[in-house]
Amino acid sequence: MKTTFRGLLGATALCTVAGIASAETLTIATVNNGDMVRMQGLASEFEAQNPGIELEWVTLEENILRQRVTTDIATNGGQYDVMTIGTYEVPIWGAQDWLLSLNDLPAEWDADDILPAIRGGLTVDGELYAAPFYGESSMVMYREDLMAAAGLEMPEAPTWEFIRDAAAAMTDRDNEVYGICLRGKAGWGENMAFLTAMNNSFGGKWFDEEWNAQFDGEAWSNTLNFYIDMMNESGPPGASNNGFNENLTLFQTGKCGMWIDATVAASFVSNPDDSQVADSVGYALAPDNGLGRRGNWLWAWSLAIPAGTDSPDAAKAFVQWATSKEYTALVAANEGWANVPPGTRTSLYENENYVDVPFAQMTLDSINSADPTNPSVDPVPYTGVQFVAIPEFQGIATAVGQQFSAALAGTTSVEDALANAQALTTNEMEDAGY
Amino acid sequence: MARAVTQKRKLIATLAAWTIGMAIFFPILWTIITSFKTEAEAIADPPSLFWFDWTLENYNVVNERSNYPLHFMNSVIISLGSTLLGLIIAVPAAWSMAFVPGKRTKDVLMWMLSTKMLPPVGVLIPIYLISRDLGVLDSRLALVVILTLINLPIIVWMLYTYFKEIPGEILEAARMDGATLKSEILYVLTPMAVPGIASTVLLNIILAWNEAFWTLNLTAAKSAPLTAFIASYSSPEGLFYAKLSAASTMAIAPILIMGWFSQKQLVRGLTFGAVK
Amino acid sequence: MSTQHSRTAARFMIAPATVLLLGWMLIPLCMTLYYSFRRYRLLTPDRTGWVGFRNYENFLTNPAFMDALTNTLALVLGVLIITVVLGVLLAILLDQPMFGQGIVRILVIAPFFVMPTVSALVWKNMFMNPVNGLFAYAAKAVGLQPYDFLSQAPLLSIIGIVSWQWLPFATLILLTAIQSLDSEQMEAAEMDGASPLSRFWFITLPHLSRAITVVILIQTIFLLSIFAEILVTTNGGPGTASTNLTYLVYAESLLNYDVGEGSAGGVIAIILANIVAIFLMRMIGKNLDA
Repeated sequence: MKTTFRGLLGATALCTVAGIASAETLTIATVNNGDMVRMQGLASEFEAQNPGIELEWVTLEENILRQRVTTDIATNGGQYDVMTIGTYEVPIWGAQDWLLSLNDLPAEWDADDILPAIRGGLTVDGELYAAPFYGESSMVMYREDLMAAAGLEMPEAPTWEFIRDAAAAMTDRDNEVYGICLRGKAGWGENMAFLTAMNNSFGGKWFDEEWNAQFDGEAWSNTLNFYIDMMNESGPPGASNNGFNENLTLFQTGKCGMWIDATVAASFVSNPDDSQVADSVGYALAPDNGLGRRGNWLWAWSLAIPAGTDSPDAAKAFVQWATSKEYTALVAANEGWANVPPGTRTSLYENENYVDVPFAQMTLDSINSADPTNPSVDPVPYTGVQFVAIPEFQGIATAVGQQFSAALAGTTSVEDALANAQALTTNEMEDAGY
Repeated sequence: MARAVTQKRKLIATLAAWTIGMAIFFPILWTIITSFKTEAEAIADPPSLFWFDWTLENYNVVNERSNYPLHFMNSVIISLGSTLLGLIIAVPAAWSMAFVPGKRTKDVLMWMLSTKMLPPVGVLIPIYLISRDLGVLDSRLALVVILTLINLPIIVWMLYTYFKEIPGEILEAARMDGATLKSEILYVLTPMAVPGIASTVLLNIILAWNEAFWTLNLTAAKSAPLTAFIASYSSPEGLFYAKLSAASTMAIAPILIMGWFSQKQLVRGLTFGAVK
Repeated sequence: MSTQHSRTAARFMIAPATVLLLGWMLIPLCMTLYYSFRRYRLLTPDRTGWVGFRNYENFLTNPAFMDALTNTLALVLGVLIITVVLGVLLAILLDQPMFGQGIVRILVIAPFFVMPTVSALVWKNMFMNPVNGLFAYAAKAVGLQPYDFLSQAPLLSIIGIVSWQWLPFATLILLTAIQSLDSEQMEAAEMDGASPLSRFWFITLPHLSRAITVVILIQTIFLLSIFAEILVTTNGGPGTASTNLTYLVYAESLLNYDVGEGSAGGVIAIILANIVAIFLMRMIGKNLDA
């Protein structure tokens, strides 16, 4: 049956090929983040330089995008020629041979210029499987005016203790000012990204070296209690539904004293067009507990080419263009240096035009202080700072994220949430054969 | 005296109905208004109903970012195509159920309706794999066929209830006059069923236009309708209420306008045989 | 009345619809059944094999399953009760003589035309958001603490949104039914001194029973597989507070990428939907003489 379908398909494909001219069409799946939307706007430049290539865009919200491209690549659906994926997917998909290696991109693309932490996260067995479009870590963004009004001064590298006290001091519920805004919405890329990174700085980890889940340990209990106590004391209402975007809106409208989240947010909160607090934002490294690990993560939205593409050369040409130094210069010329995609290339941080951008140094320091191959205080069998790069992680962490989100909403106790997390993680891992 | 009472009643009814009507409509109105605000005004405290600087900026941004005409045309083709195809299959079936009922007719009808209760997520992967093997991923054809199948039970049922209201004697009279089956359907039945068919068509266009599971999961760039267009504005980074409102307005305006213009036809037939 | 000839013709005409629907039901169903007994995870496609009832066991023992079951029932029943009760009241109101009846009707039916994704996005962000939503502004304006609808009462909020979408449908069907009510009978009852309440109870309501049956049947079909509203607003949370069966199957197959367990969930959902269907048909099918 299948072969008949395939045969029919082949025949149809032949007809199509014979029917249309040589113009190649690339279907590109991207996430609807600001940098990507900007790239889509500038892509006419690429089409002008490459008259034989036409671009078609599928722009989707992050979660829908992830589900669509994963379904497509895992079933070899072949709907896309270029996919926007993250540092979590690349190692797994690369190991499955689902992606084309980008080692053969020309020398002028300059792979050695890519920040080592980012490059390491996108490489499997020496093969680079995706080109980073922008990289991010996480850091503290805070309101300098509110901090001063509370009589406090933010250190370069604060501790969690300081963050909690400062949050309480800045909170003024009558005027809708909440000392701290953090992610609470369930999801492995939402609250669990934050909590996993935070847990690293509390000395915790997801699994020990025998792949045993660690939610029954002291570190997770401390992490979750600290997080929930702080949020109940100084957080905004409805925090259990807040993700990156909701918190961004809160911060931009002056309702947060501090916000610990992705470094890319800095360009939004400091942009006077969108942000009412643009002139009073300060930055600091993500907090720690003096244990040698900070609570910041590492992520890079990257462009990858599925192995089943019909147009590998055109796709490579596009990926090369979109992640090149020339593209950075193009954005800078059109929209200013503050809007170039950050966090991927060393040369950007050596560029004298870029060092003036207020959050540039803090972003670089944050990225450099994350180590995906050695994320926790103790040795662990996995890579990934705010995730564990195994296929089962998304499902497990989303389920755990729901438990923690419920604990934040107050519908579950912290003890129950942790016990449930431990049970379901153990169950899934056994099922998966670890 | 009696007249005064009626007049008073009429006023009270008017006031109550308008208040409730406005309350029900308000979310849509608010979306449309917000689409003309700047992002900062869209979340301003206190919110402003009319007194702000109206701007078309959001519509420009949305038009620049998305290929609205393409998504719009896809929505039109998919909803009209599936309704038409559904009608072609359903009219004969409904006709025979209504006029030549067998022992099983009612069971068949109920079984057809029950196929609509299957959760689509349960069969997504199988359908995705079949579509892949047939090479119809991201094609309008696949969506037309699938939406036809999804809405077929509703179409059959609606048509069946109209056809049943048509007195059988008329058909018999036509047969006496020597009408063939074909002319019986074409010249006798169809004219009488036009109101019913019209409202079936309208209801199905609405259902197909708003279907958001299959249209989102089986399309990429070429065949994506407005439901996919909306998914690119749902939660980006940054302030988005005004842009989301503009995109929402653009996605619902065509069907809303069609619905309002044709509401008389829609309502007349939207009875599912409930009115005797 | 019907001849052998027309009977054969009738079979012939009913065949395309039946065969297509049968195919549409059986082919995916068989594939789903097949996958439900296999290990099939999208992200580790190499490790496959028969696993017996393991997938079913996992799905049924998932603590979220019972929540999903009760949430599904609560969602369907909640929306049905709200739309039928409010629909009857609204239909009676709209049946009264008034000024601008046509425009009011246009306003009332509008939500039915709005895509579920759009209405969920609008309600979530622009109304229910506890900081920037309109309800929060309203609460603050009268000096109340803004209520956080989607985390404090997620299921009720979703029931509210879905009811808003389906109220127009119920109202329209009930209104058409009311308009067909024999006005002489009503007047006679009025002459006899029957109070408005008893007229409603003994004349209007019985007259509406068929229409109410239709509303319940059609809406149940659509409400059992409510999905977009949950995905957009709460993602089934917090915890599993707003996860229904459809969403749970989605979470298993497309968030966990466990097609095997998702398929098992799909089969279970299909069985449960059929139980509801049989129950519905038995209960109200008689009322329909369909």
